[in-house]
Amino acid sequence: MNLWLDQLLLLVPMAMMLVVVGLIITGRNLFGVVVLTSVYSFLMATVLFVLDAVDVAMTEAAVGAGISTVLLLGALRLCGWNDSKPMYRPWGKLIVSGALAALLMVGMVGLPEFSDPAAAIHQHVAPRYLIESSKEIDVPNVVTAVLASYRGYDTLGETTVVFTAGAGVIALLRRRRQERIKHEISEKHDAT
Amino acid sequence: MRHDPILQVVARLLIPFILLFALYVQFHGDFGPGGGFQAGVIFAAGIVLHGLISGLDAAKKILPERLVESMMAIGVLLYAGVGFAGIVLGGAYLDYFVLDPNPIHGQHRGIFWVEVGVAVTVCGVMLKIFYMFAGRGDVDQDD
Repeated sequence: MNLWLDQLLLLVPMAMMLVVVGLIITGRNLFGVVVLTSVYSFLMATVLFVLDAVDVAMTEAAVGAGISTVLLLGALRLCGWNDSKPMYRPWGKLIVSGALAALLMVGMVGLPEFSDPAAAIHQHVAPRYLIESSKEIDVPNVVTAVLASYRGYDTLGETTVVFTAGAGVIALLRRRRQERIKHEISEKHDAT
Repeated sequence: MRHDPILQVVARLLIPFILLFALYVQFHGDFGPGGGFQAGVIFAAGIVLHGLISGLDAAKKILPERLVESMMAIGVLLYAGVGFAGIVLGGAYLDYFVLDPNPIHGQHRGIFWVEVGVAVTVCGVMLKIFYMFAGRGDVDQDD
Protein backbone atom coordinates (compact mmCIF):
# COMPACT_ATOMS: atom_id res chain seq x y z
CA MET A 1 0.00 0.00 0.00
CA ASN A 2 2.72 2.40 1.00
CA LEU A 3 4.86 1.39 -1.98
CA TRP A 4 1.89 1.98 -4.26
CA LEU A 5 1.42 5.47 -2.82
CA ASP A 6 5.13 6.16 -3.33
CA GLN A 7 4.87 5.15 -6.98
CA LEU A 8 1.88 7.46 -7.42
CA LEU A 9 3.69 10.34 -5.70
CA LEU A 10 6.61 9.74 -8.04
CA LEU A 11 4.71 9.35 -11.31
CA VAL A 12 2.26 12.26 -10.90
CA PRO A 13 4.93 14.97 -10.46
CA MET A 14 7.01 13.45 -13.25
CA ALA A 15 4.04 13.53 -15.64
CA MET A 16 3.40 17.14 -14.60
CA MET A 17 7.08 17.91 -15.26
CA LEU A 18 6.71 16.65 -18.83
CA VAL A 19 3.73 18.98 -19.36
CA VAL A 20 5.65 21.90 -17.85
CA VAL A 21 8.66 21.24 -20.11
CA GLY A 22 6.34 21.27 -23.15
CA LEU A 23 4.90 24.61 -22.05
CA ILE A 24 8.40 26.02 -21.45
CA ILE A 25 9.52 25.02 -24.96
CA THR A 26 6.49 26.47 -26.72
CA GLY A 27 6.02 29.54 -24.50
CA ARG A 28 6.88 32.94 -25.95
CA ASN A 29 6.03 35.02 -22.88
CA LEU A 30 9.31 34.88 -20.96
CA PHE A 31 7.70 35.88 -17.64
CA GLY A 32 5.46 32.83 -17.87
CA VAL A 33 8.43 30.66 -18.85
CA VAL A 34 10.42 31.78 -15.78
CA VAL A 35 7.47 31.00 -13.50
CA LEU A 36 7.15 27.58 -15.18
CA THR A 37 10.84 26.79 -14.57
CA SER A 38 10.16 27.57 -10.91
CA VAL A 39 7.17 25.18 -10.98
CA TYR A 40 9.44 22.57 -12.62
CA SER A 41 11.94 22.92 -9.78
CA PHE A 42 9.25 22.45 -7.14
CA LEU A 43 8.03 19.30 -8.90
CA MET A 44 11.64 18.07 -9.09
CA ALA A 45 12.01 18.77 -5.36
CA THR A 46 8.86 16.67 -4.74
CA VAL A 47 10.31 13.79 -6.75
CA LEU A 48 13.61 13.98 -4.86
CA PHE A 49 11.69 14.09 -1.56
CA VAL A 50 9.79 10.92 -2.47
CA LEU A 51 13.14 9.30 -3.36
CA ASP A 52 14.29 10.08 0.24
CA ALA A 53 16.92 12.59 -0.91
CA VAL A 54 15.65 15.37 1.35
CA ASP A 55 18.96 17.29 1.29
CA VAL A 56 18.88 17.51 -2.50
CA ALA A 57 15.16 18.36 -2.46
CA MET A 58 15.84 21.26 -0.08
CA THR A 59 18.62 22.56 -2.33
CA GLU A 60 16.47 22.21 -5.45
CA ALA A 61 13.58 24.11 -3.86
CA ALA A 62 15.78 26.91 -2.49
CA VAL A 63 18.17 27.35 -5.44
CA GLY A 64 16.12 26.15 -8.42
CA ALA A 65 12.71 27.48 -7.47
CA GLY A 66 13.81 30.37 -5.28
CA ILE A 67 17.03 32.21 -6.03
CA SER A 68 17.50 31.35 -9.71
CA THR A 69 13.90 32.41 -10.42
CA VAL A 70 14.62 35.78 -8.81
CA LEU A 71 17.82 36.13 -10.85
CA LEU A 72 16.01 35.23 -14.09
CA LEU A 73 13.29 37.78 -13.30
CA GLY A 74 16.02 40.36 -12.70
CA ALA A 75 17.47 39.50 -16.11
CA LEU A 76 14.03 39.82 -17.72
CA ARG A 77 13.68 43.32 -16.33
CA LEU A 78 16.74 44.22 -18.41
CA CYS A 79 15.87 42.42 -21.65
CA GLY A 80 12.07 42.52 -21.93
CA TRP A 81 9.33 39.95 -21.47
CA ASN A 82 8.61 38.72 -24.98
CA ASP A 83 10.68 36.31 -27.01
CA SER A 84 10.71 36.73 -30.78
CA LYS A 85 9.90 33.74 -32.96
CA PRO A 86 12.97 31.66 -33.82
CA MET A 87 14.54 32.56 -37.17
CA TYR A 88 15.18 28.93 -38.14
CA ARG A 89 13.63 25.51 -37.73
CA PRO A 90 15.62 23.48 -35.20
CA TRP A 91 15.12 20.06 -36.90
CA GLY A 92 18.83 19.15 -37.01
CA LYS A 93 19.37 19.88 -33.32
CA LEU A 94 16.11 18.13 -32.45
CA ILE A 95 17.29 14.95 -34.21
CA VAL A 96 20.69 15.04 -32.45
CA SER A 97 19.07 15.58 -29.01
CA GLY A 98 16.50 12.87 -29.71
CA ALA A 99 19.24 10.42 -30.70
CA LEU A 100 21.19 11.25 -27.53
CA ALA A 101 18.08 10.77 -25.38
CA ALA A 102 17.43 7.40 -27.07
CA LEU A 103 21.05 6.33 -26.43
CA LEU A 104 20.76 7.30 -22.74
CA MET A 105 17.52 5.35 -22.42
CA VAL A 106 19.19 2.28 -23.95
CA GLY A 107 22.00 2.72 -21.43
CA MET A 108 19.48 3.00 -18.57
CA VAL A 109 18.22 -0.51 -19.30
CA GLY A 110 21.61 -1.84 -18.22
CA LEU A 111 21.57 0.03 -14.87
CA PRO A 112 20.80 -1.88 -11.66
CA GLU A 113 17.33 -1.54 -10.13
CA PHE A 114 16.74 1.64 -8.05
CA SER A 115 17.93 1.16 -4.44
CA ASP A 116 19.19 -2.34 -5.22
CA PRO A 117 21.60 -3.17 -2.34
CA ALA A 118 23.65 -5.44 -4.63
CA ALA A 119 24.42 -2.61 -7.08
CA ALA A 120 28.12 -1.93 -7.68
CA ILE A 121 27.99 1.56 -6.14
CA HIS A 122 26.75 0.15 -2.81
CA GLN A 123 29.59 -2.41 -2.64
CA HIS A 124 32.61 -0.08 -2.63
CA VAL A 125 32.99 2.20 0.45
CA ALA A 126 29.31 2.66 1.34
CA PRO A 127 29.13 -0.32 3.75
CA ARG A 128 32.23 0.92 5.59
CA TYR A 129 30.74 4.42 5.96
CA LEU A 130 27.43 3.04 7.19
CA ILE A 131 28.93 0.61 9.70
CA GLU A 132 32.01 2.49 10.93
CA SER A 133 30.79 6.10 10.97
CA SER A 134 28.72 5.55 14.13
CA LYS A 135 31.91 4.44 15.94
CA GLU A 136 34.39 6.82 14.27
CA ILE A 137 32.38 10.01 13.96
CA ASP A 138 29.14 9.36 15.86
CA VAL A 139 26.98 11.65 13.74
CA PRO A 140 23.50 10.16 13.15
CA ASN A 141 23.21 11.69 9.67
CA VAL A 142 25.69 9.67 7.62
CA VAL A 143 25.36 12.12 4.71
CA THR A 144 26.86 14.85 6.90
CA ALA A 145 29.61 12.51 8.10
CA VAL A 146 30.56 11.62 4.52
CA LEU A 147 30.36 15.20 3.19
CA ALA A 148 32.18 16.99 5.98
CA SER A 149 34.59 14.35 7.26
CA TYR A 150 35.28 11.38 4.97
CA ARG A 151 35.05 13.58 1.89
CA GLY A 152 36.28 16.78 3.54
CA TYR A 153 38.68 17.57 0.70
CA ASP A 154 35.90 17.32 -1.90
CA THR A 155 33.67 19.65 0.09
CA LEU A 156 36.53 22.14 0.49
CA GLY A 157 36.90 22.02 -3.30
CA GLU A 158 33.15 22.56 -3.77
CA THR A 159 33.15 25.53 -1.40
CA THR A 160 36.06 26.99 -3.37
CA VAL A 161 34.07 26.51 -6.59
CA VAL A 162 31.13 28.43 -5.09
CA PHE A 163 33.51 31.19 -4.00
CA THR A 164 35.07 31.30 -7.49
CA ALA A 165 31.62 31.59 -9.08
CA GLY A 166 30.84 34.59 -6.88
CA ALA A 167 34.24 36.15 -7.60
CA GLY A 168 33.62 35.63 -11.33
CA VAL A 169 30.27 37.42 -11.19
CA ILE A 170 31.86 40.32 -9.31
CA ALA A 171 34.71 40.51 -11.85
CA LEU A 172 32.31 40.53 -14.81
CA LEU A 173 29.61 42.90 -13.59
CA ARG A 174 31.69 45.38 -11.63
CA ARG A 175 34.09 46.06 -14.49
CA ARG A 176 31.15 46.77 -16.75
CA ARG A 177 29.81 49.36 -14.33
CA GLN A 178 33.19 51.09 -14.15
CA GLU A 179 33.51 51.04 -17.94
CA ARG A 180 30.10 52.68 -18.23
CA ILE A 181 31.15 55.45 -15.86
CA LYS A 182 34.41 55.90 -17.80
CA HIS A 183 32.40 55.93 -21.02
CA GLU A 184 30.10 58.63 -19.65
CA ILE A 185 33.04 60.72 -18.49
CA SER A 186 34.71 60.51 -21.91
CA GLU A 187 31.39 61.40 -23.59
CA LYS A 188 31.03 64.47 -21.40
CA HIS A 189 34.63 65.34 -22.16
CA ASP A 190 33.94 65.06 -25.89
CA ALA A 191 30.84 67.24 -25.57
CA THR A 192 32.79 70.04 -23.91
CA MET B 1 5.28 43.70 -5.69
CA ARG B 2 6.45 46.36 -3.27
CA HIS B 3 3.06 48.03 -3.09
CA ASP B 4 0.85 44.97 -2.64
CA PRO B 5 -0.23 44.92 1.04
CA ILE B 6 -1.06 41.18 1.02
CA LEU B 7 2.41 40.24 -0.22
CA GLN B 8 4.00 42.71 2.20
CA VAL B 9 2.25 41.28 5.26
CA VAL B 10 2.66 37.61 4.29
CA ALA B 11 6.33 38.02 3.41
CA ARG B 12 7.12 39.91 6.61
CA LEU B 13 5.44 37.12 8.58
CA LEU B 14 7.40 34.46 6.70
CA ILE B 15 10.89 35.98 6.73
CA PRO B 16 11.69 35.34 10.45
CA PHE B 17 10.62 31.72 10.06
CA ILE B 18 12.73 31.28 6.92
CA LEU B 19 15.79 32.61 8.72
CA LEU B 20 15.06 30.47 11.78
CA PHE B 21 14.59 27.41 9.56
CA ALA B 22 17.98 28.11 7.97
CA LEU B 23 19.59 28.07 11.42
CA TYR B 24 17.73 24.85 12.26
CA VAL B 25 18.96 23.22 9.05
CA GLN B 26 22.49 24.38 9.89
CA PHE B 27 22.70 23.19 13.47
CA HIS B 28 20.49 20.13 13.13
CA GLY B 29 22.43 18.90 10.08
CA ASP B 30 24.22 16.28 12.18
CA PHE B 31 20.94 14.61 13.04
CA GLY B 32 18.52 15.30 10.21
CA PRO B 33 18.73 16.28 6.57
CA GLY B 34 20.54 19.49 5.78
CA GLY B 35 23.89 21.11 6.35
CA GLY B 36 25.93 24.13 5.48
CA PHE B 37 25.00 24.48 1.81
CA GLN B 38 21.25 24.21 2.36
CA ALA B 39 21.34 26.50 5.38
CA GLY B 40 23.33 29.15 3.50
CA VAL B 41 20.97 29.10 0.54
CA ILE B 42 17.83 29.23 2.70
CA PHE B 43 19.22 32.12 4.75
CA ALA B 44 20.12 33.97 1.54
CA ALA B 45 16.62 33.27 0.18
CA GLY B 46 15.11 34.90 3.27
CA ILE B 47 17.18 38.05 2.73
CA VAL B 48 16.37 38.00 -1.00
CA LEU B 49 12.65 37.90 -0.15
CA HIS B 50 13.14 40.89 2.13
CA GLY B 51 14.92 42.65 -0.74
CA LEU B 52 12.02 41.93 -3.11
CA ILE B 53 9.41 43.18 -0.65
CA SER B 54 11.10 46.21 0.90
CA GLY B 55 13.58 47.14 -1.81
CA LEU B 56 17.23 46.35 -2.42
CA ASP B 57 18.43 49.06 -0.05
CA ALA B 58 16.50 47.54 2.86
CA ALA B 59 18.23 44.20 2.27
CA LYS B 60 21.61 45.93 2.02
CA LYS B 61 20.91 47.61 5.38
CA ILE B 62 20.69 44.20 7.07
CA LEU B 63 23.67 42.65 5.28
CA PRO B 64 25.76 45.42 3.69
CA GLU B 65 27.53 44.70 0.43
CA ARG B 66 31.00 44.84 2.01
CA LEU B 67 29.98 42.31 4.67
CA VAL B 68 28.52 39.99 2.02
CA GLU B 69 31.74 40.19 0.00
CA SER B 70 33.82 39.41 3.09
CA MET B 71 31.51 36.49 3.94
CA MET B 72 32.39 34.89 0.60
CA ALA B 73 36.07 34.74 1.54
CA ILE B 74 35.65 34.21 5.31
CA GLY B 75 33.79 30.93 4.79
CA VAL B 76 36.48 29.39 2.57
CA LEU B 77 39.22 30.67 4.92
CA LEU B 78 37.38 29.17 7.90
CA TYR B 79 37.15 25.81 6.14
CA ALA B 80 40.81 25.89 5.11
CA GLY B 81 41.72 27.12 8.62
CA VAL B 82 40.15 24.02 10.19
CA GLY B 83 42.49 22.03 7.93
CA PHE B 84 45.53 23.96 9.14
CA ALA B 85 44.39 23.59 12.77
CA GLY B 86 44.67 19.85 12.18
CA ILE B 87 48.29 20.27 11.05
CA VAL B 88 49.15 22.55 13.98
CA LEU B 89 47.74 20.02 16.46
CA GLY B 90 49.88 17.28 15.00
CA GLY B 91 47.64 15.59 12.45
CA ALA B 92 47.19 15.72 8.70
CA TYR B 93 45.39 18.50 6.78
CA LEU B 94 41.64 18.37 7.57
CA ASP B 95 42.26 15.71 10.22
CA TYR B 96 39.52 16.30 12.80
CA PHE B 97 40.56 13.54 15.20
CA VAL B 98 43.30 15.74 16.74
CA LEU B 99 41.05 18.77 17.32
CA ASP B 100 40.01 17.48 20.76
CA PRO B 101 41.55 15.01 23.25
CA ASN B 102 38.48 12.85 22.63
CA PRO B 103 38.69 11.92 18.91
CA ILE B 104 34.90 11.73 18.48
CA HIS B 105 34.46 15.20 19.97
CA GLY B 106 37.24 16.33 17.63
CA GLN B 107 35.22 15.02 14.68
CA HIS B 108 32.12 16.87 15.91
CA ARG B 109 34.12 20.09 16.35
CA GLY B 110 35.69 19.80 12.88
CA ILE B 111 32.36 19.09 11.17
CA PHE B 112 30.70 21.99 13.00
CA TRP B 113 33.23 24.61 11.88
CA VAL B 114 33.52 23.22 8.37
CA GLU B 115 29.73 23.42 7.97
CA VAL B 116 29.74 26.99 9.30
CA GLY B 117 32.36 27.84 6.67
CA VAL B 118 30.29 26.33 3.85
CA ALA B 119 27.15 28.16 5.01
CA VAL B 120 28.89 31.54 5.26
CA THR B 121 30.45 31.28 1.79
CA VAL B 122 27.28 30.01 0.09
CA CYS B 123 25.12 32.67 1.75
CA GLY B 124 27.62 35.38 0.79
CA VAL B 125 27.91 34.28 -2.85
CA MET B 126 24.13 33.93 -3.34
CA LEU B 127 23.47 37.38 -1.85
CA LYS B 128 26.34 39.00 -3.77
CA ILE B 129 25.01 37.62 -7.07
CA PHE B 130 21.50 38.83 -6.16
CA TYR B 131 22.77 42.31 -5.23
CA MET B 132 24.74 42.58 -8.49
CA PHE B 133 21.86 41.35 -10.67
CA ALA B 134 19.22 43.44 -8.93
CA GLY B 135 21.46 46.50 -8.85
CA ARG B 136 22.16 46.47 -12.58
CA GLY B 137 18.68 47.64 -13.52
CA ASP B 138 19.01 50.65 -11.22
CA VAL B 139 22.28 51.66 -12.89
CA ASP B 140 20.51 51.53 -16.24
CA GLN B 141 17.64 53.64 -14.96
CA ASP B 142 20.07 56.28 -13.78
CA ASP B 143 21.48 56.66 -17.31
